[in-house]
Amino acid sequence: MALLSLKNVWVEYGDKVVLERISLDIAAGSFVSIIGPSGAGKSSLLRVILGQERPTRGRISLADAPLPAECGPDRGVVFQRYSVFPHLTVLGNTLLGLEFSASPFTARLIGSARRAAIAEAEAILASVGLADSMNLYPAQMSGGMQQRLAIAQALIKRPRILLLDEPFGALDPGIRSDMHKLIKQLWRDHGLTIIMVTHDIKEAFSLGTRVLTLDKRRHDPHAPHRYGAGVVYDLALTRKQADEAADPALTAEVNVGITIDTVGNN
Amino acid sequence: MRWVTATPARSRAILLGAAPLAVLALGYVIAAAARHADNPADKILPLPGAMAAAMAGLLFEADPLSGQYLFWADTIASLWRLGLGLGLATLSALLVGLVLGVLPPVRATLGPLVTAIAVVPPVALLPILFIVFGLGETAKVALIVIGVAPFMIRDVAGHIAALPHEQVIKALTLGANSWGVMLRVALPQAMPRLIAALRLSLGPAWVFLISAEAIAADVGLGYRIFLVRRYLAMDVILPYVVWIALLAVVMDFVLARASRRMFGWAHLGAR
Repeated sequence: MALLSLKNVWVEYGDKVVLERISLDIAAGSFVSIIGPSGAGKSSLLRVILGQERPTRGRISLADAPLPAECGPDRGVVFQRYSVFPHLTVLGNTLLGLEFSASPFTARLIGSARRAAIAEAEAILASVGLADSMNLYPAQMSGGMQQRLAIAQALIKRPRILLLDEPFGALDPGIRSDMHKLIKQLWRDHGLTIIMVTHDIKEAFSLGTRVLTLDKRRHDPHAPHRYGAGVVYDLALTRKQADEAADPALTAEVNVGITIDTVGNN
Repeated sequence: MRWVTATPARSRAILLGAAPLAVLALGYVIAAAARHADNPADKILPLPGAMAAAMAGLLFEADPLSGQYLFWADTIASLWRLGLGLGLATLSALLVGLVLGVLPPVRATLGPLVTAIAVVPPVALLPILFIVFGLGETAKVALIVIGVAPFMIRDVAGHIAALPHEQVIKALTLGANSWGVMLRVALPQAMPRLIAALRLSLGPAWVFLISAEAIAADVGLGYRIFLVRRYLAMDVILPYVVWIALLAVVMDFVLARASRRMFGWAHLGAR
């Protein structure tokens, strides 16, 4: 059964249609990559799922309950940049999520509750490889370390869905492949459901269990803004577990099942 | 080597910075000596000795009329007004600036009002302040507050509003409400900016203080300067001006150090 489902979702800004007729069911535990050309509404789709924007039409439900059009702790997010707070240390950044929920008025923890939270934060930080950097500020860390922190920060809330908006786009290739290993490891260990927007097609296929391509199905040269983008390819990638274990690199044999526009109606 | 990349070492920079000050002082002494050679009773450019003598009277001898040590009484009165005015301005900048910066509906409602107040020349309001508050301390402190608070509010609010929106969204996904965002995300990031705005406000605050004291006061650094002007007493005015400059420099230095010590994270990039 689907964890997240979108039914006939449209996103319009004024008379500009960005997304049209998006209908999707995303299963729990899947790693969905979203690719598509610039301006095809990848980030708009992510913002709608995040609750940052309200769809103009359509319904979104999370575990069969309608999704409120505001951000909440059930959906974690990592942006390309600015995901961490510059005034807090690595530990402080990670604790913040626990502090917000623990005390809505002071947003701080004290005593044994704080010690328990610190232990939890330390465990998460160790799992993203930041165990030795607890007391650094983001300005003292590389871009890759900041993204590790942003992931740890989101994971400590145990979100139903983790949304990644071009999380590795600003990193150099070596760091990026380390981050691919990390996110894959975390996805497997924590049983996460991940939706990732990316520009990098190789990344989309190597990480995802399902790849969605957004693009415009129709184009009116006289009024290019009148048609929005939809899901033009919906590819489920099924890998053999043995292959995975033997060679988790990009060369793993991929059985691609292509279904063009499974839910929409052309 | 190019001039644009020739960054001097610290000790050298101090030496370079001190040189123009020394030249200025030397030039003054030469000019004063030249004038005194022509006219030993010259009052316009007093010699250092005459300034020391005039200041000794204000520093170490009680005024026969009031029984006060005038220099210290002036300094304390002025610093008290300045501190109170800047303190109130800083507090209002923090509270109002934070709320304006974090909450878009409040910004839409009160932003234009703050802008309107900020564009009124504060000294033009001084007569109103004197009429409303009388000639006492309140009007002088109010002038400083009205003079610098709108600028500080706009600076802090602008800085908070310009924080990456991703930070707010991220905080909401971590379970924060609007209050939590204000308390844990916006407030700490407003603090170093508030100190920077306070440092920039020191100059205008002194202007408003001296203006208010010049017009209606019975004690204060600005009052004394404008009082002795009647007697062409440059031997008091010049040391007072230097003293004011010194106080301003020390305040600026202390604030800069405090910001580095308390909000080190904000200065990491500047290393």
